[in-house]
Amino acid sequence: MTTQALTYIVVGMTFALYIGIAIWSKAASTKDFYVAGAGVRPLTNGMATAADWMSAGSFISIAGMIAFSGYDGSVYLMGWTGGYVLLALLLAPYLRKFGQYTVPDFIGERYYSHSARVVAVICLVFICFTYVAGQMRGVGVVFSRFLEVEITTGVFIGMAVVFFYAVLGGMKGITYTQVAQYCVMIFAYITPAIFVSLLVTGNPVPQLGLSSEVLDGSGLRVLEKLDRVLVDLGFVPYTDGSKSMIDVFTITLVLMAGTAGLPHVIVRFFTVPKVSDARKSAGYALVFIALLYTTAPALAAFARLTFIDTVNNTAYTAAPSWVKTWEDIGLIAWLDKNEDGVIQYAAGDAFEGAPAFTEGRGEHGQKLVGNVPQDNTNEVYVDRDIMMLASPEIANLPPWVLALVAAGGLAAALSTAAGLLLVVSSSISHDLLKKTLMPAINEKQELFYARIAAAAAVCFAGYLGINPPGFVAQVIAFAFGLAAASLFPAIFLGIFVRNMNREGAIAGMLSGLLFTAAYIVYFKFVNPAASNPDNWWLGISPEGIGVMGMLINFAVAFTVSRFTARTPEHVKALVDDVRIPSGAGVAHRH
Amino acid sequence: MQNTPDNDNSNVEVYHHRADNLPAHGSHDEEVLTEDRVRDYWRANVRLLLILLAVWFTVSYGFGILLVDWLNRFSLFGFKLGFWWAQQGSIYVFVILIFVYVALIGRIDRRFGVDDDDAGNKRREEQP
Repeated sequence: MTTQALTYIVVGMTFALYIGIAIWSKAASTKDFYVAGAGVRPLTNGMATAADWMSAGSFISIAGMIAFSGYDGSVYLMGWTGGYVLLALLLAPYLRKFGQYTVPDFIGERYYSHSARVVAVICLVFICFTYVAGQMRGVGVVFSRFLEVEITTGVFIGMAVVFFYAVLGGMKGITYTQVAQYCVMIFAYITPAIFVSLLVTGNPVPQLGLSSEVLDGSGLRVLEKLDRVLVDLGFVPYTDGSKSMIDVFTITLVLMAGTAGLPHVIVRFFTVPKVSDARKSAGYALVFIALLYTTAPALAAFARLTFIDTVNNTAYTAAPSWVKTWEDIGLIAWLDKNEDGVIQYAAGDAFEGAPAFTEGRGEHGQKLVGNVPQDNTNEVYVDRDIMMLASPEIANLPPWVLALVAAGGLAAALSTAAGLLLVVSSSISHDLLKKTLMPAINEKQELFYARIAAAAAVCFAGYLGINPPGFVAQVIAFAFGLAAASLFPAIFLGIFVRNMNREGAIAGMLSGLLFTAAYIVYFKFVNPAASNPDNWWLGISPEGIGVMGMLINFAVAFTVSRFTARTPEHVKALVDDVRIPSGAGVAHRH
Repeated sequence: MQNTPDNDNSNVEVYHHRADNLPAHGSHDEEVLTEDRVRDYWRANVRLLLILLAVWFTVSYGFGILLVDWLNRFSLFGFKLGFWWAQQGSIYVFVILIFVYVALIGRIDRRFGVDDDDAGNKRREEQP
């Protein structure tokens, strides 16, 4: 059986499974649709949260990002796991106690204001669509590489599946499909990592393999060898970074606070029965996430080492077939600068920008590129996204592993896309329609509008997947920066500062939001040429600026709340109630 | 059908127990949550949070970022120590921290009688 046929079978089977689960768990009420009836067990919710959180980006890109940035890649590892500590300790249990359906719900009730609710809805919709665009691109990449269909067809198939279980099943359908998707995803990630670890070090546990000796008789450990090889080729050592300390610090903090403020993650904690379950399920979620996030740096180091071993100083005609497969879809390119027919890999970009392939093939059969060569010896362009997807081929694994990786990549993309789309649709039907614009609608109508909103969101996400904005990568910085500068402080203050009032919270959210957005837009879109440490404020890059936005938010909120009307008593009572886990309310002295 | 009236009765009884327990003004009954009690519970919770967040900060921002160059001079099973904290160690500690919080806050919940697990709810309901 060919690899492709096998891939079709594995992917087809997983899709059938997801649809089967959706039919079995159809949502009957708005509570089912928004929060799965609040009856999900903590372990189940932990697994679903992990699938919700780990996107196509985590599955496909993170190993590659670490492989090509070494120590600097730590910001993603710490940032995207450490956020769960903030979530479990500072937000999730109290939001569960509050017990409504959405994040804007909490902000609207806590700050007794429709404007606050609407500001939260706007932040949320923007964050979610930014994210969804990336997921749909992931679906397209996996389909075009492994199933050799047009990206457009791939996106349509993905849309159809998400449409089916998100629109029909709502949160209930999504929860149980996410559990299945987590299992597919983690199995697909760990399997090639184990084989690659065995191949490079002989140790079957990737996390331990990372510190083992390389099986090449040199007696060097993996990271020692990698440091040496990279320095020889003109790179900085793998275990040292090239980012400044303040940048690493702020980016990590933005990713953590952003993670804790991302609405599709928070809403998962509304689905468990009790406050103590919300705490536990954050713990389980992090266990399931850590499984992938501790494997990723190992896979990254092995893949980088093997990539250099196989590609550098190899004649193009003798290069392994995966080099050519990835070259065919444009994620690897080779520009034979010294015309010796041998691939040379070194520090620096081989040429300016992404490869612009010209017609025809070179004398060795390589695809020709028309880019302006850079003045260095590096001849290889490689897209970092291929590191994970190519790992089965790099390690010469059997075809079923490749099929599994394709199914895993799709599971990662679809689970996150579905979670995001649900959050968008529920904040439109619940917060915008039911609570703000059309309070007269009954539950059945609200459920109907929720389904319509979900369907519309799926279509819009599909549009973004087929016509991806050229700046997806830049926009991701936006999503985390905005979540860190707007939603996270507003929720945190709402729980921990009893006297925080409406005026303070709204002024804080708006100033954090505007400052962060202006800084990112200026350096990413208006004047990208000026984006270097000399021009940055305190040397903080646009990726890390959300930290300053967050501090501004806190400062403005405290200042404004001092000089404006005090928080009403019934809202203070709400805060008291949210702070204690048990159901009985607080007795207030009169 | 026979069960339904029984269940209804027991619910009514529970309801009465609870009603009896509601705060007579100024009463300091064990199971009644006064503002003082909520404040003390909240203080205990915040103290626990500060300790755990100090650990959270130390392993990631401390060991993984601020002290990384100094720690990299030491080696742990073939890892440079600072690099290990940044890419492995901090993640393991994060997982442990959440479960430590679950266990310790559970104890505090029970001490203040605000736990929401079945045992806690039952105890409160059975309180005469």
